[in-house]
Amino acid sequence: MIDHLPALLIAVPFFSALLILLAGWYDRRFCYPISLITILLQFGAAIALLSEVMREGTIRYHLGGWPPPLGIELVIDSFNGYILAIILFLSAATVVYARRSVEKEIDPEKKVSFYVLFQLLVTGLAGMTITGDVFNLYVFLEISSIATYALVASAGRPRSYVAGFNYLVLGSIAAGFILLGIGNLYVATGTLNMAELAVLLPASYDLATVHSAFLFLIIGFSIKTAFFPLHLWLPDAYAEAPSAVTVLISTVMAKVNVYALFRIVFTVFTTAYVVETFPVTGLILFIATVAVIAGAILAIAQSDLKRLLAYSSISQIGYIMFALGVANQLALEGGLLHILGHAVMKGCLFMAAGLIIYRMGTSRLSDLKGVAKTMPISCAAFALAGASMIGIPPTIGFASKYYLVLGAIEAGQWGYAAVFLLGSLLAVGYIWRFIEIAYFGDHHGEDHHPAAAREGPVSMLVPMVGLALLCLFLGVFVEVVIEAVRPAAMLLLGGA
Amino acid sequence: MRENVVIRTVSRLSVPFIQVFALYVIVHGALEAGGGFQGGVVFAASFILMLIAFGRASVRKRLAERWIVIYSALGITIYVGIGLLCLLVGGNFLEYGAIEAFLGIPHLQVYLIDGIEIAIGITVMAVMTSIICDMADKGGESS
Repeated sequence: MIDHLPALLIAVPFFSALLILLAGWYDRRFCYPISLITILLQFGAAIALLSEVMREGTIRYHLGGWPPPLGIELVIDSFNGYILAIILFLSAATVVYARRSVEKEIDPEKKVSFYVLFQLLVTGLAGMTITGDVFNLYVFLEISSIATYALVASAGRPRSYVAGFNYLVLGSIAAGFILLGIGNLYVATGTLNMAELAVLLPASYDLATVHSAFLFLIIGFSIKTAFFPLHLWLPDAYAEAPSAVTVLISTVMAKVNVYALFRIVFTVFTTAYVVETFPVTGLILFIATVAVIAGAILAIAQSDLKRLLAYSSISQIGYIMFALGVANQLALEGGLLHILGHAVMKGCLFMAAGLIIYRMGTSRLSDLKGVAKTMPISCAAFALAGASMIGIPPTIGFASKYYLVLGAIEAGQWGYAAVFLLGSLLAVGYIWRFIEIAYFGDHHGEDHHPAAAREGPVSMLVPMVGLALLCLFLGVFVEVVIEAVRPAAMLLLGGA
Repeated sequence: MRENVVIRTVSRLSVPFIQVFALYVIVHGALEAGGGFQGGVVFAASFILMLIAFGRASVRKRLAERWIVIYSALGITIYVGIGLLCLLVGGNFLEYGAIEAFLGIPHLQVYLIDGIEIAIGITVMAVMTSIICDMADKGGESS
């Protein structure tokens, strides 16, 4: 059974997306349980695969029994096994959170298609993570992207249609770049398999075709991950999507796109290429630092809670790209740790924001004065995850930034390490803005608050509190996570 | 819409040929140029032609919304079903040779590939038709 898990992980959820459609057409109440069960099963499969990889090493699965140069292969190694477990864990948390939030925010008529798209998005992202074929990666990227465009617009407000359309245009440009890059790689080597590409590419490192392929792929995935100057779609998409979708795309989808970028840069092109043949790491390091600072400053300037968190994501993506720019063992461990840490804390923060919108009907900061009195649990979870975002020990956010800074110092980049700490200070600025308003804001009588303003439903509180506590636990027991991350970072640098 | 005898007659005559050609493209996918996707699109083209010539109601009468949903799910079900059958008899996902070896029927592999192509064809036909019908419905209401 475990031998076939990689194929089942993709095939069964696709089928269940169709099942949701059919069952929903019979009775809408069936949609949610099917979605929940499928994602929990996927999460179980991801955990089984990760432990198998940790014990036995890389798993390779040949679809249709065709060996790699001809057929498509699914590969799970210590790097993507780790990412797979993270994304499916967060998808499971999101789907628990989604039920009540969807009931409130989505038109009942659209609920069936919402869950179908939700399932397709999760499946597409899982497919992107485990495929070992660059063209297959593109196909899964399109499946997940198209589902996301529709999900962003599914809130049904005029502004969410605009946000969805903008994202559609920029996402399609990104997908076009990625496809051009893949085409160039195929022209240069005659193969689409990642492992084969890594073997064949060094012979053609001097070709302009390969350089342009690299640039196309880097730019395409930078748009997809919203790496600083290419982030324009992100604030609107995050702010206008329904709460559950924001949680899913800000944690799971952002991480998978970062994964794909790391995979292309380190596995397909290898560090030798990005450091020596076509030196871009210095430039990436510089842009990543600018992203950290600019994202944080823009976040401070926002007047809307979801928008504030969206700009904070741009800043945090900078931290992860910083690891790519430094490209040594310590920094990559920090970067991979930050992929986990950011997913957990940003998931928690967006869940808190979603709960506040659920009860208060708004996320404008000026309308949220004294909200901590009516929603103490949500605000406490926000504060805990916010502390992790700032990097206060002993949270996960502290651990990942600590490793990143150690990596930068080891590489002799003292200046960048210093700027980097400034980024954390700015994070205090934007997290504090909400905390101050929520806890110490003047609360002019009760008229600001709708009568229904109280703590949110349990099914939304549980995943949020779970993630908040996880920020703390992962920080305290960071050694365990580092054990899982170390082989992945070694693998990226071309080691065992 | 104004009656146009020429358009209607030509469409009525060509629809069956388009559909037969679509089936031809689908079942030839395993051996030569063609396949489920291309065939499915050609099949959907026949419905699009009917939609243009006879209007939405005529297409809706022949292919109701519920059947489009059923067809699009049916294709995927056949596809995943054959894929999982391969797992049951000990092969990898979609490794048709395993079923052939298990049942001992010669050339079963070819028929299974045809089955997969037909499954893809059904889904592509249903989804293409549903996209066009949705566009026609929405466009008609707003104007």
